[in-house]
Amino acid sequence: MSRKPYVRAMTWRWIVRHPRYVRYMVREFSCLFIGGWTLLMVWGLQQLAEGPAAWAAFLECLESPASIVFHVLALGFAAYHSITWFNLTPKALPLQIGERFVPDAAIAGVHFVAWAALSLAVLYLAGAF
Amino acid sequence: MAISNKPIVWGPFAAGGTLTAFITPVLILLTLLAALGHAPDLLAYERLHALAGHWLAKLAVAGVVFLSLWSAAHRLRITCYDLGIRADTVVATILYAGALAGTGASVLYLARI
Amino acid sequence: MGERLVELEVLRYHPEKDTEPRFQRYSATCREEWVVLDALNHIKEAIDPTLSYRWSCHMAVCGSCGMMINGEPKLACKAFLRDYRGVIRVEPLAHFPIERDLITVIDDFMAKLARVRPYLIPKEAKPLSEGEYRQTPAELNHFKQYSMCINCMLCYAACPEYGLIPKYIGPAAIALAHRYNQDSRDGGRDQRQQEIAATEGAWECSFVGACSEVCPEHVDPAGAIQQVKIKSTVDWYAQHLMPWLKK
Repeated sequence: MSRKPYVRAMTWRWIVRHPRYVRYMVREFSCLFIGGWTLLMVWGLQQLAEGPAAWAAFLECLESPASIVFHVLALGFAAYHSITWFNLTPKALPLQIGERFVPDAAIAGVHFVAWAALSLAVLYLAGAF
Repeated sequence: MAISNKPIVWGPFAAGGTLTAFITPVLILLTLLAALGHAPDLLAYERLHALAGHWLAKLAVAGVVFLSLWSAAHRLRITCYDLGIRADTVVATILYAGALAGTGASVLYLARI
Repeated sequence: MGERLVELEVLRYHPEKDTEPRFQRYSATCREEWVVLDALNHIKEAIDPTLSYRWSCHMAVCGSCGMMINGEPKLACKAFLRDYRGVIRVEPLAHFPIERDLITVIDDFMAKLARVRPYLIPKEAKPLSEGEYRQTPAELNHFKQYSMCINCMLCYAACPEYGLIPKYIGPAAIALAHRYNQDSRDGGRDQRQQEIAATEGAWECSFVGACSEVCPEHVDPAGAIQQVKIKSTVDWYAQHLMPWLKK
């Protein structure tokens, strides 16, 4: 009996083979929006340094339809990054107290509460409300 | 097999991922409000310029820019490999260089404020 | 409980006559309470004795019967027919070469398990006369979860990075190393770091998390890998930024 092992090729289609891989890709793609928005802000820094007129022009660019669409998408993807990150934190940083482990929900929960509190504080200090 | 030096790039990625998880959504919300015509007070030129003039603020902004761009670059590097782009060294070089360039630019602009 | 006509679409491959695998459909009258493994056994007994597959305990503790069932890595003895509708597609575990029919080549996996030194390496030699190692329940719980692995390889089949990067040491091997690193009796972490903190170790993981999702024993290899990454990163920066620090 001769051995002739067959190797199955792996194509990029693995991404759509199961919802969990799709969700993984969505999470990974959040980097495009977080990175993209940050670069947009770096440009904003340049305009801020140039003076009030440049800054006003920058704010006007922000009000374009393309910018609004980008911002909505970026907000969604950034939030998805946050949610997935905080939910995974307990796996990476388990906390054992005595014989038991602190429940994952508690560790993640603390992060979500801090996230909400920080966000509200920033909104308040920025004068958004 | 030797212990990898991956922590050089992974450390900032993990720090950046954590940082962006906490602050990026609310910051995007601020500029989204501006995009919708309801710019928060902080985004008015005088206030923002004054805040950005402080050396501590400049340090913080540069740090946030670096960590945000670096973690995005690292993630995009992994994603490229996941999608079948095998030239990892080339991709990594381009993306990390991009993150450093973005950081450098922000430092330059902050210095001018 | 009654009977049910089940159709299975099984990937066949006989290296002595096939150039590539092909699907073969079987119709089998099964008991409603059966698992896929029962259906395979019935097919082999009554319909096609040439069908080859691994199995042993039939109770999800030996790890032998891992296969792709409708595209998902599962233990065939734990995949209940009642949970499936229509034609059930059965294939060998993904990301492994096919030896024959549903049997995969597992040499790579076995070699990787051995590479992480999966045995206690005491901090200091301790003669029998000094008595046994004592361990509190807390110390046991520090590693117990990672000791539950049954080597079924479902995690390797689920991990896209292993599929893309065959050199990647993989979830089970790293979880196994972590099991020993977390054991209070052990002092061999430095040696294991040579394998799991290498490029083909934990660093090929991108925390997809599929491994932990499919693990039948809830070992959570994904968690183990991230913990290895964090510890390795802290070590690396401590070593490079503060080399005067003794470990």
